[in-house]
Amino acid sequence: MQIKGISKEYMSELLNRKERIDKRGFMDYRNISIKTNVIPHAEGSASVYLGDTYVLAGVKLDVGEPMQDKPDEGTLTTSAELLPMASAEYEEGPPSPEAVEFARVVDRGIRAAELIDMPALFIEENKVWNVYVDIYVLNYDGNLFDAGTLASVAALLSCRMPKLEGKEIIREGALPRLKTKGIVTSCTFAKIGESILLDPSGTEESFMNARFTVANDENYIRAMQKGLSGYFTRQEIERLIDTSFEKSKTLRKIVEEAVKSGD
Amino acid sequence: MEKPQLIKDGKRLDGRDFDELRPIRITAGVIKNATGSAYLEWGNNKVLAAVYGPKEVFPKHFADPEKAIVKCRYAMAPFSSLEEHGRAGPNRRATEISKVTREVFENVIMLEQFPSTEIDIFIEILQSDGGTRAAGITAASVALANSGIPIRDMPYAVAAGKIGDQLVIDVNKIEDNYSDADVPVAISPNLGRILLLQMDGNLTKDEFSRLLGMVEKAGTKVMAAQRQAIMEMYKQ
Repeated sequence: MQIKGISKEYMSELLNRKERIDKRGFMDYRNISIKTNVIPHAEGSASVYLGDTYVLAGVKLDVGEPMQDKPDEGTLTTSAELLPMASAEYEEGPPSPEAVEFARVVDRGIRAAELIDMPALFIEENKVWNVYVDIYVLNYDGNLFDAGTLASVAALLSCRMPKLEGKEIIREGALPRLKTKGIVTSCTFAKIGESILLDPSGTEESFMNARFTVANDENYIRAMQKGLSGYFTRQEIERLIDTSFEKSKTLRKIVEEAVKSGD
Repeated sequence: MEKPQLIKDGKRLDGRDFDELRPIRITAGVIKNATGSAYLEWGNNKVLAAVYGPKEVFPKHFADPEKAIVKCRYAMAPFSSLEEHGRAGPNRRATEISKVTREVFENVIMLEQFPSTEIDIFIEILQSDGGTRAAGITAASVALANSGIPIRDMPYAVAAGKIGDQLVIDVNKIEDNYSDADVPVAISPNLGRILLLQMDGNLTKDEFSRLLGMVEKAGTKVMAAQRQAIMEMYKQ
């Protein structure tokens, strides 16, 4: 829920009392609900509600060329659209730096975790599968990074692997899954004054001066991104990394269950 | 492609120790038209940074009556790498780097002293050999000091990383191509504030903590190069 007209003073008073507008603890997520295969025409898809943030990720696979530096692997392209319908603040036009950063942070987590088996996407010399992940933001209420990562990962884990018959790509029927490994999720924190909050809502994000995202799997940090003009200390960053490992256990379970129930 | 042996007998391909920086040399005041500027050579990286402003905001409706706005352009010249000709125009990588670099300087410039104005920071990578965003931030810091625009602190940046299981400082291009983690960090040294932190690859929490320690240690040498450029600026 976007709450308008909250003053900076009220927000800092609230945070000083260790309270959030929606009564959550500082390190609590909002409700998360993931549905896979919501767009059956796409090879993979998932919608995510993170509180009132609503995003949809679709995956398509096409036959194309490899990257020059990785001739025997498939490719991954991740894009994000902040749709004009998703917020009164969003406008039509080419991707903003915010949208580019969002897509690239999600992309780095998936890529660094080696979620997709890229060598398995090799077809023949100069011919590989190109994987496209498109993230659609349908309703903005903060923390797009975590919602986008959840949606992209759930869509990839439930993605069909099309078949190439001569020149024709078979996208329907009995097809195996895209080959993937593990689950990567992210935790995003907002700093407002000296307070640090997990999973900031849209209202909270309007007051944040710094943002920090950690993407990880069971064992490793896979990607990090600090954003905005505020700062974090070394101690804060290290504490937030610990929190992200702790929180990711639940996130991985939610993704796993969503993929299972979408079968 | 075959991964080259990046570490041999405890040294890196270019003979450096794991925590050793490439040579850094910075000259302030190299672009006459700019309010402030700096030229930096960091190993094979060659970087120009220039600052313009405070000036009139364009377009006007972007003006903030409470403070100056910062614009930042990070760009790589199409001839800058040993690889193919770079495509013209800003790509998604450059867009993101421009954004996170702008955020670093929004933190340290005393923006509230210049309401309704704009400060532009331009970073052109003329030759690239890994760690260019760190080189750009380090150069732009000196350009800002050279401009006389009041700043709270002079940030520096270092590209840290991991090669195999080995943590390293100041990753060059060939190391970057095959590294296991890539961690650019920018720090505001007076208050120990982390202003830029990005990472991809794989790192444990413990490795990350140790890497931050290595960044802070290397930082004293980067700061020394920055300081020397400013001292020379006042000698002239």
